[in-house]
Amino acid sequence: MCAICGCDDHLEHVHADGTRHRHAHPHEAHHHEPHHHEHVELEARVLAKNDALAGENAAWLERHGVVALNLMGAPGCGKTSLLERTIRALEPGSLAVIEGDQATANDAERIRAAGAAVVQVNTGTGCHLDAVMVARALAELAPRPRSLVAIENVGNLVCPALFRLGEHRRVVVLSVAEGDDKPLKYPHMFRAADLVLVNKIDLLAHVDFDVERAIGNARAVNPGVQALRVSARSGEGLEAWYRWLRLEGLRDRAERRFEDPGHAARIER
Amino acid sequence: MHELGISRNIVAIVGEAAKGRRVRRVTLEIGKLSGVVREALEFSFGLVAQGTPAAGALLEIREIEGRARCAQCGAEFGVRDFLAACACGSRHLAHIAGEELNVKSVDLED
Repeated sequence: MCAICGCDDHLEHVHADGTRHRHAHPHEAHHHEPHHHEHVELEARVLAKNDALAGENAAWLERHGVVALNLMGAPGCGKTSLLERTIRALEPGSLAVIEGDQATANDAERIRAAGAAVVQVNTGTGCHLDAVMVARALAELAPRPRSLVAIENVGNLVCPALFRLGEHRRVVVLSVAEGDDKPLKYPHMFRAADLVLVNKIDLLAHVDFDVERAIGNARAVNPGVQALRVSARSGEGLEAWYRWLRLEGLRDRAERRFEDPGHAARIER
Repeated sequence: MHELGISRNIVAIVGEAAKGRRVRRVTLEIGKLSGVVREALEFSFGLVAQGTPAAGALLEIREIEGRARCAQCGAEFGVRDFLAACACGSRHLAHIAGEELNVKSVDLED
């Protein structure tokens, strides 16, 4: 196909003005009047706007002394169940949630019933959360200083990996019902992760899922990634997850205080 | 199908540059490790561009091969995916090319 006019360059074709001919290159021979156009070099990063807004979200979180997690995973991998259980286990008020789904407020209702503040974002046709949606949700959620915000992304192992939200950490939930080769099939998602939670380990006796192989596959695309085995249903392994949350939350805040001793005092006001 | 959202970003960037003029061609640089599917991008760009200065514009996509540098021994080499390992055995690689997602240039009508 001709890259300039889009017509098929080896077939005879008819133009709007009725002329009929075969495509003849160069294009001056083909176009009936010369087109003048200006070539403008842009060198613009396509995701620059989202990344800039994600940077603003990160600054907002910093100012408010809040640590944010981007919680990702396939539909049905147990993200919401994990959050429900986590909310009940942590100190009341220490975890607030932004729920991303294409439709319904079902998950927000579950989170509210578990006792946490929550804002539901419905993306409509969108397959991922972006930084604008999270900025609006954070303003509405108004998390309290020194709290954690879990941003539950739309269930999807592809699209959310490309869109930064301003989060401090990225957690990917992989359930044993999905298959241990998922990190190889969805490398972008696992490459972006700080922590992989292998969930539903209470089902291991019923599925052909090799946890070692799954974690090995995650490390093949992301050598430094941490991994924990949990069951949001039975509670197995969750103590290690809570410890990770406390460590990550505290470590981030401690780092900030170390860099800027006035920070903690300011966020108290 | 994040290509739809990416197309919206492309059309916004191009629309700003066009300043009301018609866009004849949009040249993109897409790294082969960027996680963007060329066909999905072409399809969604056509849809999103409708009713904008980029309507009917040709999309020229230049694909960029992946390259990595080994964090262990410093060797540089081509990579086709994120599973590559260095000849020295290390998997700790910095990807130095192949993740591009850029609007390189536009051609505007006078």
